Amino acid sequence: MNTSDVIVIGAGAIGSATAYYLARRGLKVTVLEKDGCVGVGGSSRNGGGVRQSGRHPAELPLAMYGVKHMWPNLSEELGVDVEYYQKGNLRLGKTEAHMGILRGLTESCVAGGLDMRLIDFKEAKEICPYLSEEIVGAGWCPTDGHANPMLVTLAYYRAARQNGVRYVSGAEVTELRKVRGRVSEVVTANGDVYSAGRVAVTAGYDSRKILSSVGLDVPMSPLLMECIVTEEAPHMFWQMLGTAMADFYGHQSKHGSFVFGGTHGYEAYAAYDGGARGASVAVPSTCRAIIGYFPVLRTLKVVRSWAGWLDECVDHIPVMDNPEETPGLTVGCGFSGHGFGISPVVGTLLADLVVGDAPLLDVSKFKYDRFKAKI
Amino acid sequence: MSVDRTRDFGGYVPAADDELVICRCEEVTKGEIRRAVRDGMFNVHEVRRFLRCGMGLCQGQTCARLVRAVVARELGVPPSALAEATGRAPARPTEMYVFANEEGLA
Repeated sequence: MNTSDVIVIGAGAIGSATAYYLARRGLKVTVLEKDGCVGVGGSSRNGGGVRQSGRHPAELPLAMYGVKHMWPNLSEELGVDVEYYQKGNLRLGKTEAHMGILRGLTESCVAGGLDMRLIDFKEAKEICPYLSEEIVGAGWCPTDGHANPMLVTLAYYRAARQNGVRYVSGAEVTELRKVRGRVSEVVTANGDVYSAGRVAVTAGYDSRKILSSVGLDVPMSPLLMECIVTEEAPHMFWQMLGTAMADFYGHQSKHGSFVFGGTHGYEAYAAYDGGARGASVAVPSTCRAIIGYFPVLRTLKVVRSWAGWLDECVDHIPVMDNPEETPGLTVGCGFSGHGFGISPVVGTLLADLVVGDAPLLDVSKFKYDRFKAKI
Repeated sequence: MSVDRTRDFGGYVPAADDELVICRCEEVTKGEIRRAVRDGMFNVHEVRRFLRCGMGLCQGQTCARLVRAVVARELGVPPSALAEATGRAPARPTEMYVFANEEGLA
């Protein structure tokens, strides 16, 4: 009963995408989720960006592949409108120092083959007419976009179930066990034991505790991110927005509400106590940032705010690997807040790693053994 | 408590009141909620994220209990067995400029 080909730990966007692509290859998959609810971690708590611009050079090929080959068909493939809009990303700057940051980001992305360029205020205003006059210019990537993270996660979950994946929620994994040298048993908090030929850990920051049971440790820390959602407004623009200073980011959703994230400086010191409570300074700080770039939105009402945890890896890129130390185990964690936008590609790559196929794209930059001492 | 989500509901049986609007802000009907439960959304959080019921201007202050009752009935459990949707700040819709000036400086 508790035996399958693969166990995936964590039912978020990446775990569910991995489970879905494995099931499509004919494997019998069980997904174990700690929470009683699917997708309560970073998967449903992010700004929804499907960006290539501003990506780490190691991640850029994944983001570009996803935008070219996976995101445009995702709603059709999963049978749910995941609200993917590919209308570009504007990364805004107000000062020459900001423009210097944007120039560096643009050059790095262009070197990786991305269609991205710096534009002046006039051109930015033609793309999005609601910008503040204080804006000097922007980094512009016309093929970026955004999607609805909650729908993507639940659409993968739904499609995985339709393809025969077994989901067990409220199943907190406490231990991985090796049997004759291979990771092949998973123990949950209530004592249930699940066994499989292979195990994949895609549990965000909680991956750390799970991996420690077989002696693995990924150097990452939990980082709080906080967002606001506004009331519904008539449609104004479809671009994904960001700034050189990363003081806010967001977009207007299909629904008409705006989803904006922001930073206030205390995120890395928030108490990691199982919940995800926003700081009292978060919403005011984000609102000031937004009004500074979009004065027209100042009277729009905030209807809710929420917070969630990122698994921030020391070098800001994930681990996607079958570590040598642990045959039978595939690790996918440390996505550092940019996992959602590449989740379809990551699900495909992790499925490749699980079954032992040559990965669709190069994953050598994401190996578990890359963390060396500084001296 | 762990819950195995493998479940066969049998075929969907339309009900006479499926067109009834449960969430007025987002205009979500009873039939849509019933179908979402059969699609695997097994609690009010998942139903909310899938259909937007309770995500509108009133943030579920009107429909939260009704949504929970419909989900519970579809699952065949008492409503009290399901956790309520999480309430999120602010309690009432509040303009951005009010938040932005939280120290009353301007």
